[in-house]
Amino acid sequence: MSANFSAILYLISGVLFILALRGLSSPETSRQGNFFGIVGMIIAITVTFLSVGNFSSGFIYVLIFLAIGGSIGAFIAYKIPMTAMPELVAGFHSLVGLAAVFVAISAFINPEAFNLGTPGNIKLASLIEMSIGAAVGAITFSGSVIAFLKLQGIMSGAPITFKGQHPLNALILISIVILTIYLCSTQSSNLFWILIAISFLIGFLIIIPIGGADMPVVISMLNSYSGWAAAGIGFTLENTALIITGALVGSSGAILSYIMCKGMNRSFFNVILGGFGATEQSTSNQNKEQRPVKSGNADDAAFLMKNASSVIIVPGYGMAVAQAQHALREMVDTLKKNDIKVSYAIHPVAGRMPGHMNVLLAEANVPYDEVFELEEINNDFANADVAFVIGANDVTNPVAKTDPQSPIYGMPVLDVEKCKSVLFVKRSLSPGYAGIDNDLFYKENTLMLFADAKKMTEDITKNL
Amino acid sequence: MEIDPFIFRLSIFILSIFVGYYVVWSVTPSLHTPLMSVTNAISSVIIVGAIIAALSNSQEEVFSFSSVYGFLAIVLAAVNIFGGFLVTQRMLAMYKKKKKDK
Repeated sequence: MSANFSAILYLISGVLFILALRGLSSPETSRQGNFFGIVGMIIAITVTFLSVGNFSSGFIYVLIFLAIGGSIGAFIAYKIPMTAMPELVAGFHSLVGLAAVFVAISAFINPEAFNLGTPGNIKLASLIEMSIGAAVGAITFSGSVIAFLKLQGIMSGAPITFKGQHPLNALILISIVILTIYLCSTQSSNLFWILIAISFLIGFLIIIPIGGADMPVVISMLNSYSGWAAAGIGFTLENTALIITGALVGSSGAILSYIMCKGMNRSFFNVILGGFGATEQSTSNQNKEQRPVKSGNADDAAFLMKNASSVIIVPGYGMAVAQAQHALREMVDTLKKNDIKVSYAIHPVAGRMPGHMNVLLAEANVPYDEVFELEEINNDFANADVAFVIGANDVTNPVAKTDPQSPIYGMPVLDVEKCKSVLFVKRSLSPGYAGIDNDLFYKENTLMLFADAKKMTEDITKNL
Repeated sequence: MEIDPFIFRLSIFILSIFVGYYVVWSVTPSLHTPLMSVTNAISSVIIVGAIIAALSNSQEEVFSFSSVYGFLAIVLAAVNIFGGFLVTQRMLAMYKKKKKDK
């Protein structure tokens, strides 16, 4: 196949990937978008086979390895529970990162296969591009592994900080740059291995100080990195499909990181420098005072809801942990039968990844036109009778609007307290991730329901 | 003077960043999770490089120091391609509209 013709086909596959993302602008077109993505991938792989033109025994092995990876991927995709989506995405990011590292290594050892020169005499531009691809890929890999371990609970979600952390990270980043420069002038393979090794190390060090609830930012950021790594490799291979995809994924992840940071009213650097939860907890413990709290049971909650005409549900990460989304939907079905208007309010950073709550509600068969974003629904709280907060905490804290001293001051929050009454499902009075007390607990119109989210929801349904 | 082909690729790259910027802003927030899984799947187009690396050898010797990395990368990228697209499809199939008949 001529190089020009395959380049055009790669371009087509790049365009199909753009359409795949474009389809996600609404749920109706999204399935078609995903189909475009699959077609784009098939084109890219087929063109590669044809342009390499090597259908010897190696080709059979490629198909075998493709089938092995494919069946593992398909198996995971069908088995994974929707609540584990953040872990899955973090895990997948690590694979892209590692694949980028492997391709870069292979190109470095055998540059002839990629038309990049000979070993020890690789074209300068290619060498820079593959170093960037390898370094960013390695950072994506080790960072995603840590994110995965934290999300999975294998590693504590608490930020891990130590003295001299930031200077150390800065030192490593500078040495990556210096190593790349040296690598370009010496072409030494030892330097290439060291570059990859310290890139793995920095990926690990960047993510460990970041706490569990900042995971939405971390996952989006790693999403972005995996794109830049792919783009770096795309430049090395002079492949337009990879360059376009890398740029798309890179900017997509960057935008998601920005949206998540805005949802917490924190700057990107503030999140990356980490240690948020750890430092704030100490301040909240000092002014701990006992304030009266009204608590109730499922019966009280059912009574309040039965007499309401509109109910707004505020789900959070706790709902995912308790796997309460199906029980919640059943409760809502019962409410709807009694002609009560129900809608859902989703905060941008609810859950552990962007859009986490939406997927869980969709899984529980909640129609997506009943689910609203913060800006769409925030004015409705004043007119609603009952707000049902299930598994959310900091995102409802009115302190963010009233107390400039508070660490979450300025963060956009759901105006839950404006409802006639608030039902707050929670296991205990303990503060949320930000380590601050939620003023909402002590409001006159708040009824605390201390129980497991799933069990409480089921009990309410029985009492309705 | 002839323009270096690198400049053309750089142009594609920069323009694609802008395309990505506008396309992603138009993605509805409720689909942000499928957005992440699908970007994950498409970034595995890196498998193109893995295939070239794996097939770089002659017929006699399929596995060499450099092609083994290619084969490993194929497995990793394939997990991502199949896993990413299928899990996205599974998620998107769940997004339904309110039934009209009440």
